[in-house]
Amino acid sequence: MQVFSFTRPLNFMRLKWPAVLLSMLLLVGSLGSFALNGINWGLDFTGGTVIEAGFAQPADLVAVRQTLDGAGYGDAVVQLFGTSRDVLIRIPLRPDIAQAVVGDTVLQALNAQQAEPVTMRRVEFVGPSVGEELKQDGGLAMLAALVGILLYVAMRFEWRLSVGAVAALAHDVILTLGLFSVLQLEFDLTVLAAILALIGYSINDTIVVFDRIRETFRKLRDGSTAEVINTAITSTLNRTVITSLTTILVLVVLFYLGGALIHGFATALLFGIAVGTYSSIYVASAIAEILGISREDMLPPLPIEVDGENGHGQP
Amino acid sequence: MLNKNPLWRYILVPGLLLLALLYALPNLYPEDPALHISASRGGVVTEQTRQQLQHSFTAQGITVKSLELSNGQLLARFNSTEAQLQAREIANRELGANYITALNLAPATPHWLAAIGASPMKLGLDLRGGVHFLLAVDINAALEKNLTDMQQSFRADLRENNIRYRSIQADPVAGQVQLLLRSAEDVTKAEALLKQRDRELVFSLSADETSLQVGISELRIKEIRDYALEQNITIIRNRVNEIGVAEPLVQRQGADRIVVQLPGVQDTAQAKEILGATASLEFRLVDTEGDIGAAIAGRAPVGSSLFYSRDGRPVLLEKRIMLTGDHITGASSGYDEYSRPQVLIKLDAKGGAMLSAASKDAVGRRMASVFTEYKPGTEIAADGNRVLLKQQEVINDATITMRLGRDFSITGINTSAEAQNLATLLRAGALIAPVQIIEERTIGPSLGQENISLGLTAIGWGMAAVLVFMAVYYKAFGMVANVALLANLVLIIGLLSLIPGATLTLPGMAGIVLTVGMAVDANVLIFERIREELAEGKSVQQAIHLGYDRAFATIADSNITTLLVALVLFGIGSGPVKGFAVTLAIGILTSIFTAVVGTRLLVNLIWGGRRLQSLPV
Repeated sequence: MQVFSFTRPLNFMRLKWPAVLLSMLLLVGSLGSFALNGINWGLDFTGGTVIEAGFAQPADLVAVRQTLDGAGYGDAVVQLFGTSRDVLIRIPLRPDIAQAVVGDTVLQALNAQQAEPVTMRRVEFVGPSVGEELKQDGGLAMLAALVGILLYVAMRFEWRLSVGAVAALAHDVILTLGLFSVLQLEFDLTVLAAILALIGYSINDTIVVFDRIRETFRKLRDGSTAEVINTAITSTLNRTVITSLTTILVLVVLFYLGGALIHGFATALLFGIAVGTYSSIYVASAIAEILGISREDMLPPLPIEVDGENGHGQP
Repeated sequence: MLNKNPLWRYILVPGLLLLALLYALPNLYPEDPALHISASRGGVVTEQTRQQLQHSFTAQGITVKSLELSNGQLLARFNSTEAQLQAREIANRELGANYITALNLAPATPHWLAAIGASPMKLGLDLRGGVHFLLAVDINAALEKNLTDMQQSFRADLRENNIRYRSIQADPVAGQVQLLLRSAEDVTKAEALLKQRDRELVFSLSADETSLQVGISELRIKEIRDYALEQNITIIRNRVNEIGVAEPLVQRQGADRIVVQLPGVQDTAQAKEILGATASLEFRLVDTEGDIGAAIAGRAPVGSSLFYSRDGRPVLLEKRIMLTGDHITGASSGYDEYSRPQVLIKLDAKGGAMLSAASKDAVGRRMASVFTEYKPGTEIAADGNRVLLKQQEVINDATITMRLGRDFSITGINTSAEAQNLATLLRAGALIAPVQIIEERTIGPSLGQENISLGLTAIGWGMAAVLVFMAVYYKAFGMVANVALLANLVLIIGLLSLIPGATLTLPGMAGIVLTVGMAVDANVLIFERIREELAEGKSVQQAIHLGYDRAFATIADSNITTLLVALVLFGIGSGPVKGFAVTLAIGILTSIFTAVVGTRLLVNLIWGGRRLQSLPV
């Protein structure tokens, strides 16, 4: 059984410019959404208190809101979490209340109102400094991962491919962040982990294609650059699609069965892997071609030394 | 040509798998509800305690699965949580306040597995329930205190050496002490004097030539920071042990943070009170003339009050306090010239002067150190929390042999362990940097259980989906990949159980699911390559050989970059995310191994030794 069986390479590079245009539009859209809507940062980043309470009966959110209002938490956000008996209460940071006691007082207030006891499932408090640091550390980690990959690919392959790979990764990350911004999904620590994992997996795809481009350059002595890239992408297409398929398969399972805490994680990866599959075909290779990669760059018997010099010479 | 397996492959693959399986096995055994009993101050757990408890449990009709004594702790296992809770009440009643009981789930690893060091995976708090605190140590408070001490000792030093000054002021904002002197000559003298006293001071002169700024070196700042952090960690660890938590974690994180994890604890209010409670220390003179018998009967002499030492001995002390512990700037244990254990105590300038004055007329009398701490008692207050009890005890009393000053020592201590303990307590009495809770996460027990079952369901279904897909798509080769996938899971679980620092968290479980989906990638690369080689007209055996060979470079390159990301993740992440990074990294390594070496073994074994016209790939 085989998904694709082509006798001739598909002409992927013919759609290079439309693909670049599409990506540009999506990137501009994402960045625009950051500017307009921002990102719905979760508790881990904003600081504050989150209380997950389990009710014996389906919870009456209006009553819960009234109780909280009475207890002095008028700014609390109340919503169901996963099931109708599970209530998530968010209380933002305020300088005038001692954050450390919020969890206990809220649970006591709820217990006083309910006939049957409310069970504490989870209370999380994050101070303001922690969230700020996490944003910085998270951003730094993403940069560190990207720079590390940039250097590794430049060393193992060639700087043009390296730039293409990192551009593709940045593209995936920005679009995934864009999705979270447009839909105003909550961006918490697990989503950050998902995005970093996404960088890892998306580069995986890209490297496989690059590896084949290098090999094809050496094999097809008289093909043009576009032909070589087309041949390489076509011959790895089966693998790209199958691996993405199995990954998406398990992610769908995680999305539906993994529980509410893993939802954001699964969403980010599902979208990211789909975008990543597209970007490793189009963005990475197309940028390398636009930057003018040629057979000479891939052929030298000692590619590491030559590439190293080139890599340093270019920004 | 034929594809045959070298001998090492026959040994390596089954060997590693067996090893992983062995270390993964403990995870299959359910945990026993258990009770940890350890001694606190003044108590000792002995074989006699064990027999006494065994007896009482049997008398009350509680079946004990086992009751073992090891490392001065008793571990009792029960068949049910009810028995466990009943047993705790009995143990508390029988043993009294000198023992600490903690509820726990003890892994029921069989002896032969425990003997080779196998134990189940450690679960993160999000899976087992409990409280996680992140504490920030207020280093500025410690630095400010240090500055005030400097200011005081500078004044004393200059006065002693007849160097006249206009003013000496601490400037906390600049982190310096400002000295205003009368002449440039005095400045030089003062600098020389202070430099001689302390080599780590940093001096800077002002333009007006009569003032001098004194700061401390970066190294000293680091020392103060480390000292404040270590001190807090020691105090917190002591307190956490007091409340009876099984397997608590108290650990430094970064420059000025402390992580405290208390598995199984639900009452955060109590935990917070314990973390925030203050200990204090004071020195008082022993009243040797008063009637101690009358004091025990409730009639203490005027000016004195009754205290008890750690081993329960009554001591009558004067009410007047010679010195409070906040003047202690350091306490360390060591040996005197006769190599007897001793504790060296350093005081700040003011404390030195106070103690010097108080001990002038007291040479030959005994001085006691009283340690005061607040800890939760058994009584429950109206708000549902335990009432905090003030607990005071005499931790040491020693004869004053001479007039004491800024540096003095306590000798006559029996063992060096005792000296160390005393030094810790003396330091604890002078908490120089308060802590603040900056992050708190509490996971209820039901949510932990739910997270485990969610994670397991997801792993199960994810696995099933991939297995079916591979079998359908690659037929017989797909089955080979499936065997590799199952082996992969065993390897991951085995490694996670084996690595001491690895904990399984909910994101970690998601990482395993993800690995299941991605692990087939290496095999897909190889199989696709074999198909291509066949399509190009290569022979079956050549196609197998080239397929594995050529795919290897690709697999290595693509996975090294992913590993790079996993390392970055490990670097920034806290608890749950770290767990994810660990499973991710382990998953990458095991999937390379199973695909490149493991499936090669099977493929060579099944198809490698025969002349074939086609492959079921």
